[in-house]
Amino acid sequence: MDMNQYLSMFIDESNDHLQSLNESMMGLEANPEDISIVQVIFRSAHTLKGMAATMGFEDLASLTHQMENVLDLVRNNKLRMQDFIFDTLFKSLDALESMVEDITGGGEGKADVTAIVSSLQAIVRGEVPAAAGAAAEVTAAAATTGDAQISLDEFQYSVLEQSLQEGHQVLYVDVAIRKDCQLKAVRAYMVFDLLERSGEVVKSFPSVQDIEQEKFDYGFSLYYITQKDASEIQRMILNLSEIDKVTAIALDQESLSQMAQEMSAATAEASPATPVQESAASAPATAPAASAAKEENGKSAPVRTGGAPSRTIRVDIERLDVLMNLFSELLIDRVRLEQLASEVQNGDLTETVEHMGRVSGDLQNIVMKLRMVPVDTVFNRFPRMVRDLAKSLDKKIDLVVTGAETELDRTVIDEIGDPLVHLLRNAVDHGVESIQDRLASGKSDTGTVNLRAFHSGNHVFIEIEDDGAGIKPQKILQSAIKKGIITQEQAAAYSDDEAIQLLFAPGFSTAEVISDVSGRGVGLDVVKSKITSLGGNVVVYSTPGKGTNFSVQLPLTLSIIAAMLVKIGSEKYAIPLSSIVETGIVKNTQIRTIHGNRMIEFRNSHIPLLSLSKFYAVPDFDESTEEETEIVVVRKGERLVALAVQDFIGQNEIVIKNLGKYLPEVQGISGATILGDGQVALIIDPNAFIK
Amino acid sequence: MADDIKVIVFKLGTEEYGIEVEKVQTIERMMPITRVPKTYSFIKGVINLRGVVIPVIDLRGRFGIQEAEHTDQTRIIIVNVNEMEVGFIVDSANDVIDLNRDSIDTPPDVVGGIKAKYLDGVAKIGEDRLLIMLNLTEVLNKSEIVQLESLEG
Repeated sequence: MDMNQYLSMFIDESNDHLQSLNESMMGLEANPEDISIVQVIFRSAHTLKGMAATMGFEDLASLTHQMENVLDLVRNNKLRMQDFIFDTLFKSLDALESMVEDITGGGEGKADVTAIVSSLQAIVRGEVPAAAGAAAEVTAAAATTGDAQISLDEFQYSVLEQSLQEGHQVLYVDVAIRKDCQLKAVRAYMVFDLLERSGEVVKSFPSVQDIEQEKFDYGFSLYYITQKDASEIQRMILNLSEIDKVTAIALDQESLSQMAQEMSAATAEASPATPVQESAASAPATAPAASAAKEENGKSAPVRTGGAPSRTIRVDIERLDVLMNLFSELLIDRVRLEQLASEVQNGDLTETVEHMGRVSGDLQNIVMKLRMVPVDTVFNRFPRMVRDLAKSLDKKIDLVVTGAETELDRTVIDEIGDPLVHLLRNAVDHGVESIQDRLASGKSDTGTVNLRAFHSGNHVFIEIEDDGAGIKPQKILQSAIKKGIITQEQAAAYSDDEAIQLLFAPGFSTAEVISDVSGRGVGLDVVKSKITSLGGNVVVYSTPGKGTNFSVQLPLTLSIIAAMLVKIGSEKYAIPLSSIVETGIVKNTQIRTIHGNRMIEFRNSHIPLLSLSKFYAVPDFDESTEEETEIVVVRKGERLVALAVQDFIGQNEIVIKNLGKYLPEVQGISGATILGDGQVALIIDPNAFIK
Repeated sequence: MADDIKVIVFKLGTEEYGIEVEKVQTIERMMPITRVPKTYSFIKGVINLRGVVIPVIDLRGRFGIQEAEHTDQTRIIIVNVNEMEVGFIVDSANDVIDLNRDSIDTPPDVVGGIKAKYLDGVAKIGEDRLLIMLNLTEVLNKSEIVQLESLEG
């Protein structure tokens, strides 16, 4: 069977499922006890698996199958979601995404996913460190200090037991850090790092996350599997500086089981006072716990199920383009009919034509609206991105998205993703400070990044605002001087606001250290030029200590622009209104020649005058015979040039079309448009005249 | 052996050329062409084909044959190759024939030179009718045009 006809459908739907998987996973991460989210994820994964299998993408199907196995355990309360499970599942999603991407690009969707598959399988077998099962006997850490022994759940217990049987050493290690230690989290990290080199830490108390965030006193304990013996480990850890005391006890089968039993008994009594959230949540399915969980489900359910089955259909963008084209044909015929009607002077005909005019006006509105897509389609991948980024940078970040329903033309949507990614990364990496810095400056440890979209007039604004440290204008100026972007003298004249805009100057990057996330040689100037090429603009506002706001202004649509139509000989050209500064007439006597270049005076300075008829070699017009020349002054940035034309036709809204794939780039021409009479007029690219 | 292909036949001067029918979108009468400055001389400009802007090539100019005045017979053949839509101006186009692939020979050595690149082969129809099959990918290949231009001057 030929599957190709279903391929695009498969790709679209896979992307939808991946997106919803991503979203649900994020939801679940925020609310890990909510089994109903797991159900949603499971169903999505299941559908995806079925689709992939039908289409013959085996790798895709088998990876989803492994994910399903994990999710199945979770949904049947046999496995509790934990950080590393989330990480593995997210990794799987990433792999799936790249496979689908490969398929989209015409590939086979093959990828080496053995590593992910085996870790998924390990999760299913419960073999992974710190895998806690909800169904397992509840064992909780009753201890608040590192001196106390730590509890093990069934899985961890069996892991340790098995290791012993296989002849590994199982150690119980208790580490105390000196009370005067400055960066105890770092010391703890060094201990873990050291231990990981020659074995595996199965469980620690406090949890690794808490230790990383310095949420512990001066000691911690852990279960450790290794080949080395206790004294050696003890010596190794003591070699690290600022370690007060280390006890490493080798456990055998008996002491291990004894320990586990003791602990579970202790916990049963101590459980109300248990300081560790996760163990409380993993309580056995006793009545109160179950009802509490239900309550929680009830609370979050409406939020998720709020979206009724969407009443939309998927339309190929090309079909929309065809519709647009046919429609513009209709408009041209309408103009022709109107002309005929006014010649014929027949009442009935005139009335019908007028009615047709109104209907086609409405129709035009609808056709234009069909091309509008909510910015959500771009925004929806950001929460996941910010999550991963924050995690890798060890920051806490809340991404608040508002106005995701704001609509933009599809063509703009397609282009705007990359610049926004860049700005968001910037906000997360450079904008929001590290947890320590935030706390030091009296802020909450969680930074907020606001992503906002809203309409204003004929534009859509997208703002990315963080509540980080802000930008210091002086620092920007210094850096700009150092990089030779401006001179010392120029710097003195810059206002604070102007200084901050220097961020967009080519070759500028504030990152002092090039981090993994940003600063790969691509600066904000690229973002700026991309946005400008879309006919938009980007500015930055910043208050030191309070945060930074990047505001991106975009046109509603790229396919229709306001333009000035001009005539040169028998040819007509369109000049985008956005780049026109002024139109006017100059007398030949006002034109001067400087170094062989024709110049005119304009607002107290001289700007070059360029003959469009010469530049485009128009065969049937020669302006040198004229006494006066019509000029259009256009601009690129700060620089101006006057273009000499024959006549102005007038201002018009034009639909931009490209010249076709065969003519991708023609110097000085940015596209074409079809005029009311069906003739093609070329659109002038003013940037070509200003170097 | 039903390895027949349908071929649109058109004329440039006295020679007859053929393009496989699947690659031809439509055949249009001459229509107003908007000149596109700063391109190759054989690109006559762009036309509005039912709302789509399509570049038009004078095939005579492309092959280095003297360009001719347009007549009632002049046609624009719109082809679609490698997702490129292009119109070819030809002297006339008024025949569709069935051709057996076996009857297409590789171009004779005599033709030689740069021009041979544009040819897929030569088909012999009936007694003394020769049909030159065009290699559209080569005709539309612009990197090769650059080479051609530099060879000429």
